[in-house]
Amino acid sequence: MSTQINTIQALNWALDDAMAADVNVVVLGEEVADPEGGGIVKVTSGLSSKYGLRVRSTPISEMAFTGAAVGAAITGIRPVVEIMLMNFLAVCMDQITNHAAKLRFMSGGQTNVPMVVRTMTGSGFQTGGQHADFLEAWFCHTPGLKVVMPSTPADAYGLLRSAIDDPDPVIFVEHMASYWTPGPAPERGKSVPLGKAKVVRPGRDVTLIGYSRSMMDIPVVAAALAKEDVDCEVIDLRTVSPLDMDTVLTSVKKTGRAVVVHEAVRSFGVGAEMSARIHESLFRELKAPVERVASQDAPVPFAKQLETAFLYSHADIVRAVRSTLR
Amino acid sequence: MSNAPLPGATLLAIYRKMTEIKLHDDRFISLMKSGRLTMPYYSARGQECIPAAICVQLTNDDYLVTIYRGIHDMIAKGVPVKQIWAELAGRITGTCKGKGGPMHVTHPASGCMVTTGVVGAGMPIGCGLALAAQLRGEKRVTVTNFGDGAANIGAFHESLNLAAVWKLPVIFVCQNNEYAEHTAFAKGTSVERIVDRANSYGMPGRHVDGNDPLAVYEAAKEAIGRARDGGGPTLIEAKTFRFNGHLIGDAGEYIPKARYEAALAADPYPKFRHWLIDNRHATATQLDTLDSEITSEVDAAVQFAFDSPLTDPAEVRRDVYATA
Repeated sequence: MSTQINTIQALNWALDDAMAADVNVVVLGEEVADPEGGGIVKVTSGLSSKYGLRVRSTPISEMAFTGAAVGAAITGIRPVVEIMLMNFLAVCMDQITNHAAKLRFMSGGQTNVPMVVRTMTGSGFQTGGQHADFLEAWFCHTPGLKVVMPSTPADAYGLLRSAIDDPDPVIFVEHMASYWTPGPAPERGKSVPLGKAKVVRPGRDVTLIGYSRSMMDIPVVAAALAKEDVDCEVIDLRTVSPLDMDTVLTSVKKTGRAVVVHEAVRSFGVGAEMSARIHESLFRELKAPVERVASQDAPVPFAKQLETAFLYSHADIVRAVRSTLR
Repeated sequence: MSNAPLPGATLLAIYRKMTEIKLHDDRFISLMKSGRLTMPYYSARGQECIPAAICVQLTNDDYLVTIYRGIHDMIAKGVPVKQIWAELAGRITGTCKGKGGPMHVTHPASGCMVTTGVVGAGMPIGCGLALAAQLRGEKRVTVTNFGDGAANIGAFHESLNLAAVWKLPVIFVCQNNEYAEHTAFAKGTSVERIVDRANSYGMPGRHVDGNDPLAVYEAAKEAIGRARDGGGPTLIEAKTFRFNGHLIGDAGEYIPKARYEAALAADPYPKFRHWLIDNRHATATQLDTLDSEITSEVDAAVQFAFDSPLTDPAEVRRDVYATA
């Protein structure tokens, strides 16, 4: 059995290795330095002690420090900004969508913004309506940004290394529920390319497509369905923008059926985009319409039973798979 | 005009920049009126001496951030005027290949790093440019320009706080032209002077007559020196006026006629010209010669722009990411 680490440690390794490899890598965010605790879940623990002022705790001032990261990035600094929770991106959207995303284009390619915005989110902790949203579609809908959403410690390491090395701005979304889940340790120094999905389970009947949180659920459902002689192929997108349609279409061509699963609300989401693209490319080869499984179109509620009702269930995934097999 | 003695060469350098700004502005408007140039244009006519007096003290290594009303800042900073014209005309030879336009001109070679169309948004970015210089131990400073309206948006407050906490080598230059779009200063601002807010963020502030190049020069000199020496940020409020409204085409009904006429009577451009002559820093003939030189430069820039090929529509798909 290989060494096991969790995602927090994997991310810490990625930051540490990236900072050791390139003096231009800096970390900015609330409480990221050691005197303030090394990050809310300690992803950045130990880094300020090792790298000094390259790791800076900021005031609670997302607009200022995200904008500062944009300004530093156009001079060749590679800032990794930590936005404590994904909902807080709403207070610095201008810097991300109007500036980071567009400066390369608006400058005719003279400047670029090699920054990473790390953030975390996820329901299941009774944090209510402003601490748990999956907002990736906002960023996917903005040309110029990339959106990365890992589901395993090894991918978290390799994708963060790639995101830091990338010449364009990357939104890097971590899922709260998976932080402490152990997995095989990454090979240090080895990047995972952005924009490449991974087939995590080969199968012939239905393609199940997920990322982030849903990759905790899809393999469980696929294993259960296998006992009923339904053979699911499972794809972890890993990068949500740009989408790796080659991997997806190769799979769906084979199975003729697809189900997309995400924690973000259903309407206008990544599932809708995925469904549209599959239909556009494989309409005549599909054996059933593409199904979407997602959270309900509502804010994330507080009470446990409401929160459970908000999120999709394993039964919802099973129902969607069965629907494609009818 | 304040009496601080400056070398004649510096005075003439300021005058030259002011004249460049004014003559290009005049020509932009005339070509817009004739229909040759189509763009949303936020003229800075009347605000020339602020960037002129600041930028004669900067080098190409110093960073500039400006806003949609910012072509005066760009020209003063040294962005090549041919490339500005080509940008506005949508040509491949433009600073940004025609993809940015007047609100997004960028030219890193002359230090013009970002031009933003979002009120206040340049200040956090200015902090970041200054942070980069600080991290690298460089001596360069960042000047980030904005209007009085921007002093009421959150980005201003967050940026001043961050810059003061981190002692960033940045100079916040508020070009207070009395109107936030169509809203008079007093109707939207809780203080009489923007500079009074500097104290709230623990940084020095200087209030200057933005129509007096010598006063602007002195305030900027002090702020630039402080930033270069690691002394941290400064807020400068330069009081001025804009003569061409918020946007070209704006009829200016919201400006009382008497106020407009008084401002026009104090137009800093002819005032400085007369002052140079009256104080024997230059003769009228010398300045006429300089003016006609600059007119020829404007002619050449216009010619260059319209002789250049239009940017190919295929460029829409380029520069979105590093690789298509």
